[in-house]
Amino acid sequence: MPKDHGIGASSKRREDIRFLTGKGQYTDDINRPGQLYCHFLRSDVAHGRIAKLDTAAAAAMPGVVAIHTAQDLAAVGGVPCGWQVTDKNGEAMKEPKHPILAEGKVRHVGDPVAAILAESLEQAQDAAEAIELEIEELPAVVDMKAALSGESLVHDDVPGNLCFDWEFVQENKDAVAEAIAGAAHVTRLELVNNRLVANPMEPRAAIGEYDAARDEHTLWTTSQNPHVIRLLMGAFVLSIPEHKLRVVAPDVGGGFGSKIYHYAEEAYVTWAAKAVGRPVKWTASRSEAFLSDAQGRDHVTTIELALDAEHNFVALRCHTLANMGAYLSTFAPCIPTWLHGTLLAGNYRTPLIFTNVQAIFTNTVPVDAYRGAGRPEATFQLERVIDKAARELGLDPAELRRKNFIPPDAFPYQTPVAVQYDTGNYGATLDKALEMADAAGFAARKAESAARGKLRGFGLASYIEACGIAPSSLVGALGARAGLYEAATVRVNPTGSISVFTGSHSHGQGHETTFAQVVADMLGCDEGQVDIVHGDTNRVPFGMGTYGSRSLAVGGSAIVKSVEKIVAKAKKIAAHLLEAAEGDIQFADGQFTVAGTDNALGWGDVCLAAYVPHKYPIEELEPGLEETSFYDPANFTYPAGAYVCEVEVDPETGRVEVQNFVAADDFGNVVNPMIVEGQVHGGLAQGLGQALLENAVYDAEGQLASASYMDYAMPRAADFPSFAVDHSCVTPCTHNPLGVKGCGEAGAIGSPPALVNAVIDALSEHGVSHIDMPLTPTRVWEAIQAAKA
Amino acid sequence: MEMSGERVIEAPRDQVWAALNDPEVLKACIPGCQELEKTSETGFAATVKQKVGPVSATFKGAVELTDIVPGESYTIAGEGKGGAAGFAKGGAKVHLSDLPEGTKLSYEAEAKVGGKLAQLGSRLIDGFAKKMADQFFDRFKAEVEGPAETRNGTDADAANAPDAAEAPAEAAKADAAPVVAPEKKKSWLGRIIGS
Repeated sequence: MPKDHGIGASSKRREDIRFLTGKGQYTDDINRPGQLYCHFLRSDVAHGRIAKLDTAAAAAMPGVVAIHTAQDLAAVGGVPCGWQVTDKNGEAMKEPKHPILAEGKVRHVGDPVAAILAESLEQAQDAAEAIELEIEELPAVVDMKAALSGESLVHDDVPGNLCFDWEFVQENKDAVAEAIAGAAHVTRLELVNNRLVANPMEPRAAIGEYDAARDEHTLWTTSQNPHVIRLLMGAFVLSIPEHKLRVVAPDVGGGFGSKIYHYAEEAYVTWAAKAVGRPVKWTASRSEAFLSDAQGRDHVTTIELALDAEHNFVALRCHTLANMGAYLSTFAPCIPTWLHGTLLAGNYRTPLIFTNVQAIFTNTVPVDAYRGAGRPEATFQLERVIDKAARELGLDPAELRRKNFIPPDAFPYQTPVAVQYDTGNYGATLDKALEMADAAGFAARKAESAARGKLRGFGLASYIEACGIAPSSLVGALGARAGLYEAATVRVNPTGSISVFTGSHSHGQGHETTFAQVVADMLGCDEGQVDIVHGDTNRVPFGMGTYGSRSLAVGGSAIVKSVEKIVAKAKKIAAHLLEAAEGDIQFADGQFTVAGTDNALGWGDVCLAAYVPHKYPIEELEPGLEETSFYDPANFTYPAGAYVCEVEVDPETGRVEVQNFVAADDFGNVVNPMIVEGQVHGGLAQGLGQALLENAVYDAEGQLASASYMDYAMPRAADFPSFAVDHSCVTPCTHNPLGVKGCGEAGAIGSPPALVNAVIDALSEHGVSHIDMPLTPTRVWEAIQAAKA
Repeated sequence: MEMSGERVIEAPRDQVWAALNDPEVLKACIPGCQELEKTSETGFAATVKQKVGPVSATFKGAVELTDIVPGESYTIAGEGKGGAAGFAKGGAKVHLSDLPEGTKLSYEAEAKVGGKLAQLGSRLIDGFAKKMADQFFDRFKAEVEGPAETRNGTDADAANAPDAAEAPAEAAKADAAPVVAPEKKKSWLGRIIGS
């Protein structure tokens, strides 16, 4: 029977009450007394030298208080990058300065050139038009292959526009080449992982405020990780120590990765608030979001899979061009490398893997993590090449996968690409998915479609991801400039209610509900007794934030550690009050009992005693009941699963209709099945959106041609069937106390290859072997025509 | 976006060339042109008001004539800034040659946009640019040729013979279909209004 509270219950999301009634408090809902409105004048060319920038006339416009350009920010640092990749020669990546406002050169359409502060937004916008800006255009670097020629340089000091050239696993390079040369069969595929715009429902916003009397700065911002912003901005950009800088990320309306990073606008409003002595507010328009939020994916890959005569995978080799955009966003370098190369084993026993990644600067918006971040790119190429191999060899794609799966008894499994999977059962999720998708009935459905002149296809994909990032020692060795633990304080109040202060940040994930379920389950209390506080560096002791599906696995574990400390201390207090040995105290269902007796104390009695320590072991124990933990995981977690997609293609129009989609995931233990299901649905919508519809298109001049919802096709409910989601195949994570793995990104990782494999299956009779995403009607129709010709 | 085309203008080449260099003619021919002032021997300052899809703006910029071969060819290039709307720039290589019936004007034009125009209107730009070029050269032809009645009627008709032969045919086809429709329309409309 499903539980009705605690871990395993589908408790309704408590935060929805405020979200659904319009009572959420987002950054743009906040208005500070005397605030000024900020508008950025942004470059409308992709690449050029600033020949003239005269703000005098604009500064005299009505309502204008100040206009700032790069020269006003000379004492301010650039936007820092949080991850350093070392290239194949052991040299550090090229890390050109990313100024807050463009210095001398503009490098992408949307690059901010000047900031206007005025009494109203309209006045600021009007003044922007009066700024005399002349840009001497330079040839735009857009295509990655052309960029490598270095004819035009995004950064004058980065030859060939090459940020780094990375090889992994370098020692395997020759062995992989040898294995491929001698293999019975090699399948090769060239593919594009299309660039995406994150499109959270809430555009970014930031408010800076400075209290001169206390010399304190406050930044309200749409962030997934306020402590990380405090660290990056305080230490590297504005030189403000932590105790003088408060960063608040209140309700945040979705991030999908794009709100992890420290952005120039945040630093500017914080700096400007002090410079002009008034609060400064900026809210992005949707157009600005398209031009200034870090974008995702954008890989061009060649992959080769070598198989022996028995169809065992013997080696895998990939070459990838990864677009960095014009500047290095906070975590950009780690996405195509450590979050991508380390996942190339997938769910399989492939013994030899080698990948080469060239990261390239172009005159486009910076690229960084987007839901899945590196793992979708790895999964897509792997699951596509395996499917192609199966087709070339006349094998059942499910059987070829099954044959090469890491068997369930092989865990912990050391992959050849650094990571060690702790647990998994890939055959179980594949069996489950095929059963749910009624694979056996497909032939009949295909015949029925054919009778109507439609092509029906059945596609599957397995995936694995590395979540819950991660052990600080490991990521440090790989180039991270921060630790990746999480912190939590659990404060038990005198009457027994509980306040949890977590460094994780909820912007759609439902932490306020899920974390309360965990604590209530451990303490045997009502979930309503537990309050979850997040998103404010002045309230939460510390934190690293939410990304990489890490909140429950890492942030939840920190909470568990603190609750365990609370229980241990409470047992000591109970032992004293019950005049029993500490070892004899048992705690269950909110009751402390002496083993073998009916002597018992309630939770509330012990909590009160901690704060009213009249009868208290004061010599051994401090009063109060509050504990803080920093949890640094021993390993990543490895959620995995199998997805099946069934499509119908209209050969006359090329239109793809998703008929059925099944997701069987192993997320380890599940705290709230309803929220997990919601997370998977959202991930699937984004993954299928990438596969079918979404595409960020730059023209040859570097203009973003798909920069509004007229041209950037977001998925709508009508584009998909109702998804069938299962998470009953459970192999609990072995190294975190909850046995959880993370579920936030899975849907976006596993669904693109499942859909493309299904469409290729549908078109196989026409001889189509690959189509690059998004599989728009035009592309599908053209592929059919090309195959016919 | 690149386009090319040609027009047959019933006027002598030197007259066409003079018109190509006449600010008043250019002003009348550039769609949406509100001002065009000569700033140098080969340059003009222009103000053009245009709407591309959802973006409407007044573009201020310069028009420059280069690669001038008097009486034969030049390149006309313009760049306009539309403030928050972004920018548009374009140019055309224009070449004149003699024909028995007058002058052949051929052109190769290109157009680029940036900023909000590109972000919101990229889908529309190709069609828009083609329309702009068509309008410009149609107007230019009309401007140079002047009103039809002042011209030599028979020659003009002869020169336009192929077009004229096709045009009525098209018109007849176009007319043929609606012949039924208006009748139907009349009948249901008639029922409603009772007549």
